[in-house]
Amino acid sequence: MSPTRVPVVDGWFTAEGGEFRLLGTCCRDCGTVYFPREDAYCRAPGCAGTELAEVPLSRRGRVWSYTDGRYRPPAPYPSDPERTWHPYTLIAVELTAERMVVLGQGAPGVTVADLAIGMEVEVVPGVLAEEDGRTLTTWHWRPVPGEGPVPGERRASEERPVPGEAS
Amino acid sequence: MTGEVAVLGAGMHPWGKWGRGFVEYGTKAARAALADAGLEWSAIQSVVGANTVRCGYPGQVAGATFAKALGWQGARVTSVYAACASGARAIDTARAQILSGMADTVLVVGSDAAPKGFFAPAGGERPDDPDWLRFRVLGATNPAYFALWARRRMALYGDTAEDFARVKVKNAAAGAANRYARYRSPVTAEEVAASPVVADPLRLLDICATSDGAAALVLGSVETARRLGMARPVRIRAVSSVSPTHPRTALDLPDIATDSAPPGSPVPDPFRPSIARAAYEEAGLGPEDLSLAEVYDLSTALELEWYEDLGLCAPGEGAKLLREGATAPGGRIPVNPSGGLASFGEAVPAQAIAQVCELTWQLRGQAGERQVPGARAGITVNQGLFGHGSSVVAVR
Repeated sequence: MSPTRVPVVDGWFTAEGGEFRLLGTCCRDCGTVYFPREDAYCRAPGCAGTELAEVPLSRRGRVWSYTDGRYRPPAPYPSDPERTWHPYTLIAVELTAERMVVLGQGAPGVTVADLAIGMEVEVVPGVLAEEDGRTLTTWHWRPVPGEGPVPGERRASEERPVPGEAS
Repeated sequence: MTGEVAVLGAGMHPWGKWGRGFVEYGTKAARAALADAGLEWSAIQSVVGANTVRCGYPGQVAGATFAKALGWQGARVTSVYAACASGARAIDTARAQILSGMADTVLVVGSDAAPKGFFAPAGGERPDDPDWLRFRVLGATNPAYFALWARRRMALYGDTAEDFARVKVKNAAAGAANRYARYRSPVTAEEVAASPVVADPLRLLDICATSDGAAALVLGSVETARRLGMARPVRIRAVSSVSPTHPRTALDLPDIATDSAPPGSPVPDPFRPSIARAAYEEAGLGPEDLSLAEVYDLSTALELEWYEDLGLCAPGEGAKLLREGATAPGGRIPVNPSGGLASFGEAVPAQAIAQVCELTWQLRGQAGERQVPGARAGITVNQGLFGHGSSVVAVR
């Protein structure tokens, strides 16, 4: 039996209608867009709006910045300490229409060597981890095919010692 | 201008990994500050503690914890939490009490015994907590955010890994002359380059450590200082406490996304420069009047960012200012003559207070080998998570 697939957070993304999208909310009074979603009230200082509609965010954006995690992050990040740590890539993406920057992990195989600021990327469904017999699903950013360097193979990485004392 | 308060005393416990409790460190720093002021503990009318986070008791009631450790004597007691800005908020609270006439002599204490490794949120399942979420969903550690900004600087301004290493080399050299610093050895650019990458492009020696440490100040009115025989006390002239303005469009800890600023929305006002701007306005001086600055160098790249946000140079010219030697000892505007977080590491509730201790010693001419000659005015700056701007201007 395959593990149950559950989103790492409810309501932040959907594949309904066949197309994977991040989900935000939009204030009906002033049009401000929120991600992660804000459902109770608008946070614009001059707006008293309390009705927010769910909206899909732009599917594509441009790389604002990027990095990676060479050491295993602490809990609550789902990561099995028995298994070798493979660095993940973290990409901050600027969405033009929303004028907003959204962080996400890079798709498997995408390393910092594959990225450049300003490169076009798109959101795709991804798997964060297996945890307690469940598959935690998430969103990933990946370079738009044909729009830049082809993502290389995931770099082999040795298990690293104690994560220094980086704060 | 809202009026000045005097620094009557300053004290620290050395930074390090000492393996003891934060109360012990804070109490020693407090006693050192009291001795420096020439005041008995019984003469203190109010205690303000900068909170550390210990999942509740007793770290989050630091004022009371230190008041009890020093011996209950009936003083007014306050505890404040503002993440990295906790110390500055504690100073501001003390200042408000002094200027309003509620207290004449106030003890401010910040202390921590930090865990090893990455800072991480407390346990439990808290999907409504942005700090929990960024670890849960992205594994985004503090260095990951520092690295996003470092990478951005490289792309926008042409900063290099060598520029970042220069910051470490400068601050390590300064810290070697500071008996309170945890790291007291010079560091070479080669050593920075040889240290492991933590979050590309930042290496282990680009990122500040977590440390144990404590700092304390005794603050009072200028009249009180004169009564105590201090003819020319160091005076705190400004404490900036601004929050960001909406929409906040700079991606920063602990957020997963920025605010949205679609066409037609207000022009975003960047947060970090506004922290210093508020301090300058309150103090009635500008960057050209400064003798030194203590900035929050959580990463080497972040120090360059602060040069620009403090107005020491134009945006994008931080690395140039560094390369010219302007921010080194003997330069036009020495930055982090204490050695900075690069040499101290981070003891969250203590660091903003420690920055003001350094200003105090520099402005009194007591900084020894690391003394900035003729120091007359200094600024500190940091940024507390969750929207706490923090900057202090002191003069003599």
